[in-house]
Amino acid sequence: MEKIVKNEARRDFLKVSGSAAGGLALAFYMPTARMAQAADGGSPNAWVKIAADNTVTIMVARSEMGQDVYTSMPMLVAEELEVDINAVQVEFAPPAEVYINSLLGGQLTGGSTAVRDGWEKLRKAGASARMMLVAAAADNWGVDASKCSAANGMVKGPGGKKATYGSVAAKASTMEVPKEVPLKPASQFKVVGKTKQKRLDTAMKVRGTAGFGIDTVVPGMKYAAVAMPPMMGGSLISYDDARAKKMPGVHSVVQYSRGVAVVANDYWTAKKAVATLDPQWDAGPNADLDMTSLWSKMEDASNGAGAVFRESGNADQGLAQADKMITAEYRLPFQSHAPLEPQNTTAHVTADKAVIITPTQFQQLVPHVVAGATGLKPEQVEVQTTFLGGGFGRRVEVDYCIDAAEISQAAGVPVKMVWSREDDMTHDSYRPAGIYKLTAGVDANGKLQALKFKSTSPSISSRLFPSIVKDGVDPFAVEGIDNFPYLADAGMNFSYVMHDTGVQVGYWRGVSHNLNAVALECFIDELAKNAGADPIQYRIDMLDMGSTKHAWSGLSAGVPVGARMKTVLEEVKKKSRFGKKMPAGKGQGVAVMEGYNTVIAIVAEVTVDSTMDVTVDKVTAVVDGGTLIHPDQALAQIQGSINFGQGAGMISEITVKNGTVQQDNFDGYRAVRINETPRVMDVHFVKSDGAPGGLGEPATAVIVPALANAIHAASGKRVRTFPALPENVAAG
Amino acid sequence: MKVSFKVNGKSETVEVSSDTPLLWVLRDTLGYTGTKFGCGKALCGACTVHLNGRAVRSCQTQIGSIAGSDVTTIEGLGGNHKVQRAWEALDVPQCGYCQPGQMMSASALLSTNKNPSDEDIDAFMSGNLCRCGTYPRIRAAIKAAAKMS
Repeated sequence: MEKIVKNEARRDFLKVSGSAAGGLALAFYMPTARMAQAADGGSPNAWVKIAADNTVTIMVARSEMGQDVYTSMPMLVAEELEVDINAVQVEFAPPAEVYINSLLGGQLTGGSTAVRDGWEKLRKAGASARMMLVAAAADNWGVDASKCSAANGMVKGPGGKKATYGSVAAKASTMEVPKEVPLKPASQFKVVGKTKQKRLDTAMKVRGTAGFGIDTVVPGMKYAAVAMPPMMGGSLISYDDARAKKMPGVHSVVQYSRGVAVVANDYWTAKKAVATLDPQWDAGPNADLDMTSLWSKMEDASNGAGAVFRESGNADQGLAQADKMITAEYRLPFQSHAPLEPQNTTAHVTADKAVIITPTQFQQLVPHVVAGATGLKPEQVEVQTTFLGGGFGRRVEVDYCIDAAEISQAAGVPVKMVWSREDDMTHDSYRPAGIYKLTAGVDANGKLQALKFKSTSPSISSRLFPSIVKDGVDPFAVEGIDNFPYLADAGMNFSYVMHDTGVQVGYWRGVSHNLNAVALECFIDELAKNAGADPIQYRIDMLDMGSTKHAWSGLSAGVPVGARMKTVLEEVKKKSRFGKKMPAGKGQGVAVMEGYNTVIAIVAEVTVDSTMDVTVDKVTAVVDGGTLIHPDQALAQIQGSINFGQGAGMISEITVKNGTVQQDNFDGYRAVRINETPRVMDVHFVKSDGAPGGLGEPATAVIVPALANAIHAASGKRVRTFPALPENVAAG
Repeated sequence: MKVSFKVNGKSETVEVSSDTPLLWVLRDTLGYTGTKFGCGKALCGACTVHLNGRAVRSCQTQIGSIAGSDVTTIEGLGGNHKVQRAWEALDVPQCGYCQPGQMMSASALLSTNKNPSDEDIDAFMSGNLCRCGTYPRIRAAIKAAAKMS
């Protein structure tokens, strides 16, 4: 394991090791002081704590941001631990080595990995703990453990002997950790796959008692509001704190790395006082940045050579020899994460300790960055993870944790820093914009012979995890395309032009699937139209049924996908009655994708009126997500992803002028509302005993081309510039 | 200034500047953190509470304007309100952050419209954003709650 490099540029902290089999390995140095915490009390292992009163606590090492880890991960432990899942307590785990996500190499929630990473690990943790409890009871009774069994929080032995887990927990934690941990076959599952299982966090979420970061209260706490440079890359020149300091309730005005904060007795006072500071900003290097110049420079870049990340045959020759060439260019905009809970953190920094209570997706990184910012050591930083009011990748970033720590240190008091919505939306790390150029060579029947795909967009990982970027390719820029699922016998060539625009970009739900797969599946629809073919049958006929090729996007690597795609396409055709006669102004569109080892086909039905305004009437999805741990919440993730993706595809867009993000609240940045969502959403899961796929993200990408293709079917207009606002539809 | 009003049936008197939004009085002064801050401009609905029985955005309700009023927050809905039962039965929340506001809006809708149509739900609930995309379940839960006594 490599150690963290604390860079002088304090937001560049990570040294990352290269790729490992099956995933991206981001190796982190762990502060060892935290590790002991995980295993206090009667704990057979780091995942389970059992109190003498039989209270069973299961540790959840991923952040709950809506995707159900608070329930689905304990379900995996409980399945083998043999306890009532509805009676367990759940605790968010502190940063510790044992909790590292092996698909990502860090204690990080993202990449739709929580259940995939936990699938074996958590069942084994439950089984191992159960075996140690049984061994402890058997030892007490002087019988062989093989004569004992466990069920419902109780060990049973010969002659009707019974011992509660609580009565043997302390002893169990001293028993030998079993080396062989057999797992029950799927046919014996009692918890996994249970259709009626409820979420364990619903009761508190409907009563308003779930503790989000913003709800944190600690003794002596003050509230901080901030002023940050509005321009990307800007910095603070000066401010005037005379008025603020005179306001009743103001504790202090403090400058910190990227701005100035008012610390006060309540948030409203802090907010009002910030408004009096009259901060002057240096606009920095992006002062002239606007969308016209940004797109123009990106277009120029897209005409240059890219890094080839997948190639077979000779695409150029194939294109030259084809009966017909078809080209299209798609443009996708920047997007904001805009989780409904604005960024916030409660920090208490003292001379020898920092306590950071925060809604984060990356608790493991927090001690390092807070240490870097405060001069403390990582092991002096305690991190508590709260519920997250949405994440979508925004809270992989730790900027707001650093800010709060600096403000607390400067003010000398515990501080809850809360960003306004405007702070949040204009200081995001945005979903990259991009230009996608595709060229196909087809034969006389319209069949695909050769394909060139070239994407031009900023690289996220170059800032966050630079060592995973190799040979000009960011693995998180080629998802949803390096696993291109179709055949093009004469040749294909996929390239990526890394292009920095000056806008800071970040991992956004679905990441580059939301770029590449959108362009690809829109283009395939254009090819099907050219061929005069049914777009579902057209796709099925050219599926590559061989083993999949994921040269780069390791998060979904290594699984054959052609047969699964065929299944979901055939099913979605039936379920949606694809090809049925539609009235004028209405149309159906299809798209399919594999991502995170989940395969999804979606058919959207839309109405396009004479002003090119689009209404989404119905969405039918067929999903092969492998084994479903918590089926109802697997469904919830697909439903939610369809809503989320619709917003990005249809109405949401971040733009920049004078280096400043122009949308600062939900008026300018439109998020999808209930009246805009389809009244009918019909989601089906393919029955599967395959390994679980990730479900939190992939549908966000698939819905977008399905909608665009439906818009074409309804209106004859191709959406080539997203979002599909009326002016962009009309231009198609 | 001193302002007296009722929160969930309990009399409260607070001393804050008169332009303080009810949202921050509830959250910071009185500790009713179930009411959420999302946008500060009545664009997202996360801060929805009942003021004298009507749904209002507490981020745009100045404390100086509500002396003597009755305020109900998610905590005051009681836990057994039919909207909460329906939300629980359908496992509506994902991240859950918008849901107190959603339920305060939904309960206000049902108090004046016993059997809302899809159009009624669209019209009344479109001020409440959900970024997770729980809209299909919100719609279903409102209909389920309408059938409950």
